[in-house]
Amino acid sequence: MSAVEKNAPEVMPHGTPKIRLRGVKKAFGKKVVLNGVDLDVAKGESVVVIGSSGSGKSVLLKCILGLVKPDAGTIEVDGIDAIKVRGRERDALLAKFGMLFQSAALFDSLRVWENVAFGLVEGRGMPRAQAKPIAVENLAKVGLGPDVAMLWPAELSGGMKKRVGLARAIATHPEILFFDEPTTGLDPIMSDVINDLIAARVRDLGATGISITHDMASARKIGDRVAMLHGGRIIWQGPVSQIDRSGNAHVEQFIHGRAEGPIKVEVTQ
Amino acid sequence: MDSVLGFLAAIGRTTLAFLAVAGRLSLFAAHGVAACLTPPLYGRLLLRQMVSIGYFSLPVVGLTALFTGMVLALQIFLGSARFNAESAVASIVVIGITRELGPVIAGLMVAGRVGAAIAAEIGTMRVTEQIDALTTLSTNPFRYLVAPRILAAAITLPFLVLIGDAIGVFGAFLVGTLKLGFTSQSYLSSTLDFMEIQDVVSGLVKAAVFGFIIALMGCYHGYHSRGGAQGVGAAATNAVVSASILLLSADYILTELFFVQS
Repeated sequence: MSAVEKNAPEVMPHGTPKIRLRGVKKAFGKKVVLNGVDLDVAKGESVVVIGSSGSGKSVLLKCILGLVKPDAGTIEVDGIDAIKVRGRERDALLAKFGMLFQSAALFDSLRVWENVAFGLVEGRGMPRAQAKPIAVENLAKVGLGPDVAMLWPAELSGGMKKRVGLARAIATHPEILFFDEPTTGLDPIMSDVINDLIAARVRDLGATGISITHDMASARKIGDRVAMLHGGRIIWQGPVSQIDRSGNAHVEQFIHGRAEGPIKVEVTQ
Repeated sequence: MDSVLGFLAAIGRTTLAFLAVAGRLSLFAAHGVAACLTPPLYGRLLLRQMVSIGYFSLPVVGLTALFTGMVLALQIFLGSARFNAESAVASIVVIGITRELGPVIAGLMVAGRVGAAIAAEIGTMRVTEQIDALTTLSTNPFRYLVAPRILAAAITLPFLVLIGDAIGVFGAFLVGTLKLGFTSQSYLSSTLDFMEIQDVVSGLVKAAVFGFIIALMGCYHGYHSRGGAQGVGAAATNAVVSASILLLSADYILTELFFVQS
């Protein structure tokens, strides 16, 4: 049995995976970040990837999006090789995605509504006049009023930026939504608001989701399934309801936030 | 022996690093040019960049051109007095400004003002993941960010230089008539009699090439910036320094192409 077959996840309960990763590897210089990641995400499923800071969670998402080229392995989205696809096929593939970035990554030079409508106007050629009410509608879905539409990103608080980022991610009705540390830097109440919004909007769209986080409250709220990334590999995955009974020492140390355990954190004195 | 090998290894490493940068820059330029020549072209962004790069550079280019023309008239008058050729001041000034000083001074000023701004803006977008966000929103960063800046700089710099030439010649005219004793009529007729259309055209072609270089270096260094504020600062510095060096190198090559007959 090959290493890839041995590490392959269980057969999807929902049929052919929407996203399939096999043996994905990525190193930056001598630092190996991903060392053979295997992961399947079924259509309509919400998978949360947890792991320590610097474990390669963001790199994993960027590999799927083609923003970072893996050194080895395959990534398929709807059966299409996401690494080799080029030109119009790549544009069509990217049109399936929406992403909420860790820092929200709003465009400073555009007003809030222009940020939300960006994918519609620039990506799909919709006239600005037609896109503006859609942007305001999407802002309402994340709990922001029309008065926010004319503000600049620099005038927003951290929580508002995340919500605008979420509105931008869902405005084009993507089939797949990625969330990169959606609650990082927010207070617990605002984190809960964002988690509720993410869960509701993913449900509305019937989208497939991958979220990366080290916030366990967020993982429990927005995920159907949890996968833990450690040492460049998925070392445990299972339904979110079983995370407290994982039987995996790494997962237990992580979810309880203990300094002692198999995960070693180097601290220079 | 070890020190010789170490020295050779250092030369090898430097050469390889230089070739790697040259290769990356060539590929970046090819992508940028392809984005300029193929649709979609973002007209609103192009217009905004033309205003930012061209219109807002007018004061600095105008002022430098004025003082360059004035000092040039003074220096040439003093120098040519050594061999009784003071009457040639107007014709030498106009040739010097249109062929050389107009495009080079404007190019260096725009490199400082615009090259750094482009690198800082795109660099900030890189380190705050805004360029990644563009890609996930089905928008090619080369078409959206690079092409409008390259086109705007290549289009507006010749206009800036044309205006700068006129202001520079006017500055020399002021010094010539108010300080050096020329009459208005004799100064203007000397200027126009000896100026050829090729002098102006060559300067405008140089300006377009300089505009391309300035925007390309700003975009290149901004696009590849890393590591937060420090990386963005380094990108801005590198953009100005590399654009200035490339601009002066291109100036020599273009001068040879235009004026040196084999």
